[in-house]
Amino acid sequence: MIETHTSLLLVVIPLLAAPVTAILPNGRLPWLLTLAVSWLCFVLAIWQFMQVMDGSVISYELGGWEPPWGIEYRIDIVNAFVALIVAGMAAVTLPYALLSVEQEIPKDRISLFYATLLLCLDGLLGIAMTGDVFNLFVFLEISSLSSYTLISMGRQRKALTASYQYLIMGTIGATFLLIGIGLIYSETGSLNMVDLNNRLPAVFEHRTVHTAFAFIVVGVGLKLAMFPLHLWLPNAYTYAPSAVTVFLAATATKVAVYVMLRMVFNVFSTGFAYVTPTDDMFLLLGVFGVVFASISAIGQKDAKRLLAYSSVAQIGYILLGIGFASALGLTAAVVHIFNHALMKAALFMAVGALVYRIGSSHITQIRGLGRQMPWTFGALVIAGLSLIGVPGTAGFISKWYLVLAAIEQQAWVIAIVILAGSLLAVIYIWKLVEALFFQPAIDDTKSVREAPLSLLVPTWILVLANIYFGLNTELTVNAATIAVQVLENIPQ
Amino acid sequence: MKHNLILRVIAKLLIPIIVLYALYVQFHGDFGPGGGFQAGVIFSVAFIFYALVYGIETAERVMPESVLRILASLGVLIYAGTGVATMLLGGNFLDYNVLASNPIAGQHIGILVIELGVGITVSSVMLLIFFIFAGRARQ
Repeated sequence: MIETHTSLLLVVIPLLAAPVTAILPNGRLPWLLTLAVSWLCFVLAIWQFMQVMDGSVISYELGGWEPPWGIEYRIDIVNAFVALIVAGMAAVTLPYALLSVEQEIPKDRISLFYATLLLCLDGLLGIAMTGDVFNLFVFLEISSLSSYTLISMGRQRKALTASYQYLIMGTIGATFLLIGIGLIYSETGSLNMVDLNNRLPAVFEHRTVHTAFAFIVVGVGLKLAMFPLHLWLPNAYTYAPSAVTVFLAATATKVAVYVMLRMVFNVFSTGFAYVTPTDDMFLLLGVFGVVFASISAIGQKDAKRLLAYSSVAQIGYILLGIGFASALGLTAAVVHIFNHALMKAALFMAVGALVYRIGSSHITQIRGLGRQMPWTFGALVIAGLSLIGVPGTAGFISKWYLVLAAIEQQAWVIAIVILAGSLLAVIYIWKLVEALFFQPAIDDTKSVREAPLSLLVPTWILVLANIYFGLNTELTVNAATIAVQVLENIPQ
Repeated sequence: MKHNLILRVIAKLLIPIIVLYALYVQFHGDFGPGGGFQAGVIFSVAFIFYALVYGIETAERVMPESVLRILASLGVLIYAGTGVATMLLGGNFLDYNVLASNPIAGQHIGILVIELGVGITVSSVMLLIFFIFAGRARQ
C-alpha cells in the first residue's frame, strides 16, 4: 500500500502530525514527534527518489478524480529531488533544533513552534509533490504563512518587523502567482501542469498568456529572493530563531527555485522562455545579484546577515544557470540547488552554535571564539570553503558546471562574474574567519565552552556531506542530468 | 451591562437561531450553497455576540481557550483522518466512494465528515482570534 501512496504520505504525515503536536504538552514530546516525522519523511523521500531515478513518472490522483480535472500528484525526478532535499534538511535540522529551540523559544510556545515547523515542512513537501498549479499555490501559502510565524518567534523584537516585512513581500509574491494562475486558467480552462503544457502553445500569441507569464515570474521571483526582490530575506534570516534560519535557508528558496523551473519549463515551455527575453533577464539579474549581494555581504556586521546576503548571491548563480538556456546551465542550476542547501545549512548551523553559546551573532561579539570552539569553527571554515567553491567540496562542482556552461555559450563576462563572485566570497568568509580566529577575544577571562554535541553532530554531518558530494558527484550530477531532460522535454 | 435589558433579551433570543442556522449551513452543504467554512464562521458569531453582550469572562467560561485549541486541532485531524480512512479502505486519499457500499452514499458521508472538520476548526480558530485580540485589553 505504501508504494502507491508514497507521494501522498509525504504530505499527509506532517499534516496529521502538526495538529497532534499543537495539543501535546510543552516539553520534549513535541520535538520527539517532529523528529520522528521528519525522519520518516526522509526515508519515504529517499525511497521515492530511487523509484523515479530511472526517469519514470509516478502519478497519483486525489479523491478519485481523474486528472486533469482532479488534483494530481505527479512525481518525476525533479519533484523527487526537491522533496529529498527538503525532507533531508528537515531530518538534519531537527536534532539540532532541540537545544537551540529550548534556549530561544519561550517554554509555553514550544509545542506550537514545532506544530508550525511541521506545517512549514508540509507546505514545502506539498509544493514539491503536486502537479496542479492551484494546489501549488495553496501549499506555497501554507509554507509561507508558517514561515512568517516561525520567523516572528525570534528572540529579538526586530523579528516581528522582519516577519512583517516578509509577510508583505511574500503575500505580494503569492498574489502575483495567483493572478498569473488565474489568467492561464481563463485562457486554457485547466490547472493541471501537464494539461497546461499541452494547451498553452495554442494560445501563446495571446497577450493574456504573456501577462500571466510575467506575473508568475515576478511572483515566484519574490519568493525565491531574486535580486532585486530579495529585500525581505536578510532581515528574515537574521532575526529568525537559529534552527528556523537553518531550515528555511536550506529549503524555502530552493523550493521556490523549483517552482520557477517547473513553471517556466514545464507549464509554459522551454521555447516560450527562450522566445521571450526571460532568459536574458535571468542572466542580467543573476549577474547583478551575484555582484551586489556579495559586495553587500562583505559590508555586514552580523554573521547571520552576512550569510543571508550570501544566499541572495547564491540564488544569483542558480538564476545564471537557468538563464544560459542550455542543458549544461540547467544542470549547474539543479546541482547548485542541492549543494547550496548543504553548505548554507552547515554555515547557519555553525553560526547558530555561536549564538547558542554567546547569544549574539554580531561580528564584534564573536571575536576570538574560534579558538574556544574549535569544532564549530572548523565546520564554519570547511562549509565556507565549499561556499567559495574550493576543489574537493560540493561548491566546486556547481561552480565548475556553471563556468563550463558559460564557456560553452562563450559568455566570457559571465564566466568572469562567476569567478569574481567566488573571490568576493573569499573576502566575506575571511571576514568571519578573521573575527573568530585572529582577533583577540573581547573578554579573555571568560571562557566559552564548545557547543554541545547535539548541535555539533548535525553540523558536521552536513560538513562531511559537503566534502562527500564534492568528491562523489554521481548522485547529484546524474540526478540533475536526468532532471534537466525531464525539464527540457515535454513530458509524455 | 445591567441596563442593557433589551440587548440581553434579544441576544438570548437570537443566539439559538444563529447556532441553528450555522448547523443548517453546515449540514446542508452537500446539497446547497454552504459548508464548513461558512458554518464555522456563523457558529463562532453566536459566541462572539454572547461575549459582546455578557462580557468576555463569561464567554470564556462557556468556551475556555484550552478547549478551543484542542478543537482547532481536532478539525484538521477529522479532515486528514477521513483521507487516511479512505486510503485504509483501499481507495486513494479522500476518495469518498469507498466509505460506503454505495458510492453515492460514500460521497455524502465523506463530504459531511470533512466539512464537519472544517467547521470545527474554522469556528474555534475564529473564536481564538477573537479572544486573543479582545483579551489584550485586560493585560
